[in-house]
Amino acid sequence: MRSKAGLSHKHAGSLHAPDAEMAISNARDVYTRRSEGVSIWVVESKHIHSTLETDSESMFDPNEDKIYRHPTFYDIPDEVGHM
Amino acid sequence: MEKKQALFNYLLRLGDNSAILGHKLSEWCGHGPELEEDIAIINTALDLLGHARSLYTYAGAVEGKGRDEDNLAFLRIEREYRNALITELPNGHYGDTIARQFLFDQFNYLLFTELEKSTDETIAAIAAKAIKEIRYHLRRSTEWTLRLGDGTEESRTKIQEAFNNVWAYTGDLFVEDESDAIIVAEGIGPDLKAIQPIWREKVKAVLEEATLTIPEDGWMHSGSKSGRHTEHMGHILSELQYMQRAYPGCEW
Repeated sequence: MRSKAGLSHKHAGSLHAPDAEMAISNARDVYTRRSEGVSIWVVESKHIHSTLETDSESMFDPNEDKIYRHPTFYDIPDEVGHM
Repeated sequence: MEKKQALFNYLLRLGDNSAILGHKLSEWCGHGPELEEDIAIINTALDLLGHARSLYTYAGAVEGKGRDEDNLAFLRIEREYRNALITELPNGHYGDTIARQFLFDQFNYLLFTELEKSTDETIAAIAAKAIKEIRYHLRRSTEWTLRLGDGTEESRTKIQEAFNNVWAYTGDLFVEDESDAIIVAEGIGPDLKAIQPIWREKVKAVLEEATLTIPEDGWMHSGSKSGRHTEHMGHILSELQYMQRAYPGCEW
């Protein structure tokens, strides 16, 4: 779901549908009732490849002690404004 | 008949179509064939109730007797309702609901497309807002007609039966009376007889694509424009009006 023009699509949820057209239609009816979006992508779940729970240690744990990768040490000059 | 009375009748018909069909669809809430479809059909129900609210409010203003949308929706007797017979038919199985919906959506779409050009500015404005939703309703009921018709042997048999059963109620959509003659002459609404062949052509095209047969035009029910309804209408009103009859003026 793209919440407004210019922003990237974000995952809104899962649903059942007999085919792609109905999936878009169902996504509109289930996930945009409160003006959440202006554009919808649907992807059949069989086309999604995912990481495995069992790989989590080697995939994600090593990043936990590398705080220098978080750009919290820089002073941003006021004139730069919102980043 | 003066123009004001014709306009009031016309607005009630439009409002009652939306209110009664919206109410019928709302009966699916929590009972849809799957979660997504349950939400989708209720979205349509809510859209239709929204159209009814605008139309009733304007009807009350035209009448000038102080009746508001709730008064018109809940406090008339059966013979005063003017909704087309097709809108009050039972939901049946989901194919029955889809067949009824597709035939009505196609009619409503053609009607509201013309109402956008109405010489009555309020009707034109209501139509301009509603047509976006009606276009989507039509898209959805068309897609389901195609999938059920060109689906399995069972779904095809059931949806064909559904169209056969509802067909005799479609003629009532196009019946014109004295009010309609004034509405057409004043440029407020379209000539229904001009819409009918277009409706038929569009319906035929979708049914053929869905590998279905368009039912034969046989004897047609009619009477909604003079308030003569099917046996289902009284049951709808007993449920729809219960709260306002039991607790007059109640709000929540």
